[in-house]
Amino acid sequence: MSSEPAADGVGEEPAGDNAVGDTTETADEPPLRVENLRKEFGGITAVDGASFEVADESLTGLIGPNGAGKSTTFNCITGVHEPTDGAVYFNGTDIAGLAPNVIANRGLVRTFQIARELAEMTVLENLMLAPQRQQGETLFRSVLPPFRDGVIEEETELREAVWESLEFFEIDHLAEEQAGNLSGGQRKLLELARALMTNPDMLLLDEPFAGVNPTLETKLLDRINQLRAEEGLTFLLVEHDMDIIMEHCDPVIVMHQGQVLAEGRPEEIRNNERVVDAYFGEQQ
Amino acid sequence: MSTDWFQTSRLTQFRELLERSDVALVLTAMAAFYLLFLGIGAILNYDVAGLISILGQVTFFTAVYALIVLALNLHWGYAGLFNIGIAGFMAVGVYTMAMLTAPPTGSPPGLGLPVVVGVVGGMLAAALVGLVTALPALRLRADYLAIVTVAISEIIRLTYNSPAFSTFTLPGGIALGTGGASGIGTFPSNPIQAVYYVDPSSAASGATPIGAAIFGFFEAVFGVVRSAVIVDLTYGLVLAVVVFLVYTLLARVGNSPFGRVLKAIQEDEVVAKSLGKDTNRFKIKTFMLGCALMGLAGVLWQGFGTGAVYPQAFRPELTFYIFIAVIIGGAGSNTGSVLGGAVFANLLFLLPQYLPNIIEQTFSIQADPNNFIAAVGPIAAGEIAPLLGYILNQRLPALRFVFVGVLLIYLMQNRPEGLLGHRTETAAAVDLSEGHTPGGRTGSDLTAPDERGVDDE
Repeated sequence: MSSEPAADGVGEEPAGDNAVGDTTETADEPPLRVENLRKEFGGITAVDGASFEVADESLTGLIGPNGAGKSTTFNCITGVHEPTDGAVYFNGTDIAGLAPNVIANRGLVRTFQIARELAEMTVLENLMLAPQRQQGETLFRSVLPPFRDGVIEEETELREAVWESLEFFEIDHLAEEQAGNLSGGQRKLLELARALMTNPDMLLLDEPFAGVNPTLETKLLDRINQLRAEEGLTFLLVEHDMDIIMEHCDPVIVMHQGQVLAEGRPEEIRNNERVVDAYFGEQQ
Repeated sequence: MSTDWFQTSRLTQFRELLERSDVALVLTAMAAFYLLFLGIGAILNYDVAGLISILGQVTFFTAVYALIVLALNLHWGYAGLFNIGIAGFMAVGVYTMAMLTAPPTGSPPGLGLPVVVGVVGGMLAAALVGLVTALPALRLRADYLAIVTVAISEIIRLTYNSPAFSTFTLPGGIALGTGGASGIGTFPSNPIQAVYYVDPSSAASGATPIGAAIFGFFEAVFGVVRSAVIVDLTYGLVLAVVVFLVYTLLARVGNSPFGRVLKAIQEDEVVAKSLGKDTNRFKIKTFMLGCALMGLAGVLWQGFGTGAVYPQAFRPELTFYIFIAVIIGGAGSNTGSVLGGAVFANLLFLLPQYLPNIIEQTFSIQADPNNFIAAVGPIAAGEIAPLLGYILNQRLPALRFVFVGVLLIYLMQNRPEGLLGHRTETAAAVDLSEGHTPGGRTGSDLTAPDERGVDDE
């Protein structure tokens, strides 16, 4: 809390424009630091004092058996749930309990485990929705003639970016389709593309590769690595596919029963007895 | 054969035109309604002035319904805000207008301000009441907004109805009043009358030069001497222009990033929030704009249209009429809202008013029985007279609800999305499908004229 005012000034700079490696001002502070996070639903403690950090420009994996509290942790970080206790520092500022839109505005954006495409909007509209602080999002600017020209100009620019994104994710042939008509894998792609259109600093991806074909999966991982290297994005990834986690994520955080069980490089995790026990049951 | 083919192809062309052009669609529908009511006027042996009067009524009710349905469509069709307090917001608009503009010496006393101040004030007041309603309700789940709005609407009506506020004195010593159950009828008359009459409040005062010219024209060509029907028809046409302006405004709201966020909120608010949209702000702004338009509709309908306001005009049925109209038109489509308003106004609001007269004119029938079962039972035996007798007996109220019921059942089974609800109107300020050319030059060329010059070289 004490570092809040100073860090706030840094964290609020426009995202994405920083050159690679321009991180000296936040050298000590990781983009995301979760401290003693607790979330109780009635009598059930879904997250029970979890603490971890996500390093800048990393692709951090978050794994754990079903019910370990991964999705609840995501929901607490992104403001969908208010944590019962604990703190979530994003770029040095405590964001625990803030509204989801405020957190997203600060550059921390998430995708959902079950894709939440806006089914009755076209794929194009889904992506056009995402960019933040659009001029035309104010009522007066969207209606009054002098401002309307600026809105149209901005829409034209966004449209370019949206088409580029659709082409990259190989769903441009579906651009004018209603998002509800897409297949499961295509919806996942749409959701990832949409999250990226917000121009975030950090992305929390909840099982982004479920239902995505292996070729595209490789392409997506390449893109993630490119975004890390070139635009300084940080990724936290929940994934059940161990091959992806072990091959691409570093470090890996393991959750079990609402707590962080282990944290480390993939090979350390693979050989960690407690992790093996958590997944396969303790052998007495 | 060849003429047959020619006619079918003409018909196909016409259908295609209707599908392409909303203006053609609305104009065709209006032409059909005008013809229908001219036919009714002819059956009832109306003279030309009577026919002009009936056309004026069709125009007026179509326009006011279209206006209020457009406002509801902004709430319900665009943002999914379930407002069932429409009558209340209309009442706030028209009562505020009346209280601001009624003369201080009248009964009840008003502030005597200009009409423009009254209209703007009425819209602002409706928007503010909307804000007060929305602030607590929008933080809860959507259903609560419905409960709060229906409650607010009744509170507003009963407050205006209350003798306590019939006349009261503000702290500064200014007298003001709602007129209680008898309402207010002393506010300035319809501004259109100022164009036609020397003294806008009295037709007997003589015509202005413009009025004299137009009345003279109608008298010479149609032999019409009742100037009131011409004034009413003019007001109807002015309202049609207002509908067009509001339509344009709402189309712009819809086809913009703002409208896109509304669409997203309606579908999945969590997604909109997780993309950084302050959904409460969007909902409150939308709610206030819609309420302001409802206030305007109240002013133009009950205020200038009827010429007097009284609490009974704002009973909850009014709200349900508007909802039925939006369902007919198809929630989410502005053109559908105009059509839904037109269908409701003409077939469900006006037609039942004329039907008993037509029956009386055409058949010699007793106004009997007085219950619906006794009326429809004999139809099985091929007797239609009891049904006609029932219609005659009931005159208006029950008949309208019978029609509404039949239409709603038909719609639910055959076209649950309404007339135009199946349409998907893309929420963007530009055509999104353009710009697909690699490099995207095509898209920019159309919308960025200042860059085009460079390309041409």
